[in-house]
Amino acid sequence: MSDLDQTKQDILMVGVGGQGIILASDILGEAALEKGLDIKKTDTLGMAQRGGSVTSHLRIGQKVWSPLTSPAEADILLAFEKLEAARWVNYLKPGGLAIINNLAIPPLSISLGSQKYPGDQEILDSFKQRTSRLCLVDGSGKIAHLGDTRTLNIFMLGFLSTFLPLDIDSAAWESCLRKQLPSRILDINLRAFEKGREEALSVNIR
Amino acid sequence: MNKSRKLLSGNEAIAIGAYHAGVLVATAYPGTPSTEILENLSKYKGIYAEWSTNEKVAMEVGLGASYAGVRTLVSMKHVGLNVAADPFMAAATTGIHGGLVVISADDPGIHSSQGEQDNRHFAKLARVPMLEPADSQEAYDLIEIAFDLSEKYDTPVLFRITTRVAHSKSVVELDEKRISKERTKHFHHDIGKYVMLPTNARNRVPNMHKRIVELTRYAETTPVNQIIDGDGKIGIISSGVSYEYAREVFPQASFLKLGMTYPLPPELVQKFAGKVKKIFVVEELDPFLEENVKLLGVHVEGKKHLPRFGELNKAAVHHAAVQAGLLDRANPIAEVTLVKNLPGRPPLLCPGCPHSGAFFVLSTIGKRAKVLDSEGRSEEETGLIITGDIGCYTLATYPPLRAMDTTACMGASIGQAIGLEKAGVNSKIAAVIGDSTFMHSGITGIVDAVYNDAKITVIILDNGTTAMTGHQDHPGSGMSAQGTVTEKVDIEKLVRGAGVKDVQVVNSFDVKAVRGAIRSALDNPSLSVVIVRGKCAVINRVRKNPRQIDLSKCNDCGVCVMIGCQAIQKRNDKLYIDSTICMGEECRICEQLCPKKAIGPVSGKPAGE
Repeated sequence: MSDLDQTKQDILMVGVGGQGIILASDILGEAALEKGLDIKKTDTLGMAQRGGSVTSHLRIGQKVWSPLTSPAEADILLAFEKLEAARWVNYLKPGGLAIINNLAIPPLSISLGSQKYPGDQEILDSFKQRTSRLCLVDGSGKIAHLGDTRTLNIFMLGFLSTFLPLDIDSAAWESCLRKQLPSRILDINLRAFEKGREEALSVNIR
Repeated sequence: MNKSRKLLSGNEAIAIGAYHAGVLVATAYPGTPSTEILENLSKYKGIYAEWSTNEKVAMEVGLGASYAGVRTLVSMKHVGLNVAADPFMAAATTGIHGGLVVISADDPGIHSSQGEQDNRHFAKLARVPMLEPADSQEAYDLIEIAFDLSEKYDTPVLFRITTRVAHSKSVVELDEKRISKERTKHFHHDIGKYVMLPTNARNRVPNMHKRIVELTRYAETTPVNQIIDGDGKIGIISSGVSYEYAREVFPQASFLKLGMTYPLPPELVQKFAGKVKKIFVVEELDPFLEENVKLLGVHVEGKKHLPRFGELNKAAVHHAAVQAGLLDRANPIAEVTLVKNLPGRPPLLCPGCPHSGAFFVLSTIGKRAKVLDSEGRSEEETGLIITGDIGCYTLATYPPLRAMDTTACMGASIGQAIGLEKAGVNSKIAAVIGDSTFMHSGITGIVDAVYNDAKITVIILDNGTTAMTGHQDHPGSGMSAQGTVTEKVDIEKLVRGAGVKDVQVVNSFDVKAVRGAIRSALDNPSLSVVIVRGKCAVINRVRKNPRQIDLSKCNDCGVCVMIGCQAIQKRNDKLYIDSTICMGEECRICEQLCPKKAIGPVSGKPAGE
């Protein structure tokens, strides 16, 4: 991928199995496809689906070769959970954008008392070594009124959408969501997406 | 020409490519990362697609279909080809009639397998051609070529992909046509070709060598092998996803990109060598290309610098290139100091998993809970050895359950248990195997246990599906790959029919019954089978009345935590149940186990009302 390519975006989405990360990255991939861009994306699948760590690498540009993004290369790290964000900070490029959902899903080792969940400050400090463009967003809180926590992925996608240099307008996003989501959950997800966009416009990390 | 642009995984592209190439029969046993090929093919009308009992059967069904003259696709994961190796070698010997393409989906880095192996060696072993796509477009394009090669050279074709090709999505331009080449569905009797008596097999073997000579000539000119000229200083030979990494790491280099990796084209390799100063071979796992290129007398480097196991990525290729003196060290970006001791997040059994209760019971038998350390080790025997098998339930190995002592390959639990018993260990032995794995290769183990009077207990965890790979049907589920109702193979009748006298069937969510059945089976001095039956939580989506912990009754004894349920968590040192993921009414395993009766429905109503 050429550095001169204005559309070049390496996005790494991370979180916990069951949070809808792969669907979110599929939708973004389809939106980029509509723009005529090249895309490669790769997810962790199989065993890791069962409550384990999940990652989705999405690379967009005029021509993309490798499906995997490399350490210090991601333009954006979109984390659905804090511990998972902390695990992948090295993949963010210097000055890259980190969007972290302010949600802790403690793994079983915490309940068993053998390990400790990291504190917010520790996590943020590790990110500050790479970037000042850092945003801890209360995604789970902001969608609470929608009544379905499973819309978090689409909220996060809406939030992310405002930072992408891909020139995808609202109508294109809506048509993409329409194509990718079953109709019975479309409305609530359209609202979650809009909520994510609103929330992103209120933060100052551009 | 009708073209459309789609974002597809390698597996989806293979399925569409095979459909467009006129495939009529497709067989497979589910296995990551190959499963989606058959799942996608099974949706097309006019194609017969089946989940076979195991990969060996899949290959045999595929071979039969090919003998009938139709294009046939057989897909499996890398270790599946070990199971299917016998008929695969036979297919290589008899040759085919309708095109036969065998997909081996290898798993470098072991994302979801019991081991790592480089199945490119199978091509050389069986003397069959091998194609390797680098992305979804190539997967789509090469499948048609694979069928053509198969028919032209009277050979099965090995189509080798890896996890990163199978599961990555990339843009594919589809040609919306369907080859309407009328294929005769007709079996030509030909004893010399199809009956591998030694006298006939001896006559077939020279053909295998002859076709490799002919295919070598084809490899010289096929467009799937190409030289991409660069500045000539560095030449890279590569294939598959490794090529994609190399293109980014060496933007100026010349490339010999191989879409066909067996047999190699000697003249093309020599021509490439003449164009570049140095050659570096970039490939994952074994030095397969490297060794075969060296046999042509061409000097190359590769595995001297590249890792011989695990997945490659750009960073690994770059690191090796620096070591080899091909590239300068990049400006280092200081590594971030991560938060210390980040807790891992191993995958776990789902909340409401029907296997949880049985594993909790097993984890408490003998001295397991007391003696095993956090790594599941103990010099002293615990009184119960649990041989395990392949499926979601292998996750019961992780703490807190640590309820599995062995896992080798599909179906091994039963044979291993017999071996431990015959060797004379002091502990009792339970073999734990899932329903789909039992169908795959547990049946022969049970027959062996009956025949050889094995004093073991076999626990068949029957959740009615092949869960780990994404809920495919199997012979015991009563549904075919294409959604038609079929005869259910009854596990209980099957084991009784084999001669097992002590067979119990229990509801997996009735902990008392599960405990009673397992204990009585272990007490039986001869062979016993317990079928623990309950719907997979991912399929049974009925979630009502999530449970909660009444902290006024809870004495923090930790029993509920030892189930290993993801819904039971600790916040600020207080236990709670995450109501958004608790299965509730349909599970109640924690409620039954709590010694203080501190767990009940959130609504406050007693269970069952």
